[in-house]
Amino acid sequence: MCTMIVQKVPLEGFGKGNSGWFEMNQANVSWDHPFHAPEEHALNIDFVNVAYGPGARVAVELSVEGARQLVDTIQSVLGEAEEKGLI
Amino acid sequence: MYTTDQYEGMLAETVAMRGANGDRVLAYSARPLGPGPFPGIVLIHHMPGWDEWYREATRRFAHHGYVAISPNLYERYGHGSPEDVAAAVRAEGGVPDDQAVVDLEAAMHYLRALPYVNGKVGVFGTCSGGRHAVLVASRVAGFDAVVDCWGGGVVMPADQLTPQRPVAPIDYTADLDCPILGLFGAEDHSPTTEEVARHEEALKEHGKDYEFHMYEDAGHGFFYYHRPNYRQAQAVDGWEKIWTFLSRNLAA
Repeated sequence: MCTMIVQKVPLEGFGKGNSGWFEMNQANVSWDHPFHAPEEHALNIDFVNVAYGPGARVAVELSVEGARQLVDTIQSVLGEAEEKGLI
Repeated sequence: MYTTDQYEGMLAETVAMRGANGDRVLAYSARPLGPGPFPGIVLIHHMPGWDEWYREATRRFAHHGYVAISPNLYERYGHGSPEDVAAAVRAEGGVPDDQAVVDLEAAMHYLRALPYVNGKVGVFGTCSGGRHAVLVASRVAGFDAVVDCWGGGVVMPADQLTPQRPVAPIDYTADLDCPILGLFGAEDHSPTTEEVARHEEALKEHGKDYEFHMYEDAGHGFFYYHRPNYRQAQAVDGWEKIWTFLSRNLAA
């Protein structure tokens, strides 16, 4: 909570957390202190379903470069699938 | 200082208190065994949550002769692993300042009600807890010393104010009525050296009793031995400054 840079995005999908798969409905994206990554700040994404409690969470902590590559790759994969008429 | 031939015992356990809105708030407490009287200290956990480091720190203060209590400021966000709960709080932009202040005031009164506390209560916090320490010691009467370890967001530009954090703690400087010790790293990004300098200037301007130390080759959280930003020499020196400062200000 030292940077306060956080945004939430609703989404549909499933994530595998500590207790197995669960239906998630939101991603929380922040640039703040990570819990595990050996950096002062990281691009953190928590895929959650608040209705299931704090434990319903799939977490990633990314470097800036890794986060940008992930965004580009997701767009690329979705674009390819669209080109092939799969979406 | 303890000696090898002295008796030492400690009681450490989870307790409960009433915080803001009358909510039950769990707290971790540790105290030396014996009648005391001992000084009290409220520990304010950091952004990563009410976690193992804070339990260890609470016991460390007890080992040094303090009745220590560390309330769970994230109580309203559910229970689970400290990381999961802290992540939920992070998504909400942190806990509301007003709620944290009342929870911490309640912890202070909890200590003051104990028959083995000497009537002096300090407050210690790191990271967001350092900010909360400055905030509560400024807004609430009853603290006798405050230790701010690298609290980011004491200085807040207008565009960083939020409904949860509507006022920058530095704006309450005139109301601070106890000595403050600040420990910071020169490589920290929050707070920056410039922000620490502004805070120091405000304390000076209002004639406050303050002691700030800026450590070279240290960044954010240099006490955290489980993180790569741990700095051994700076951490040892920082802890020594804390014990000296608190023994001077919390003696009966």
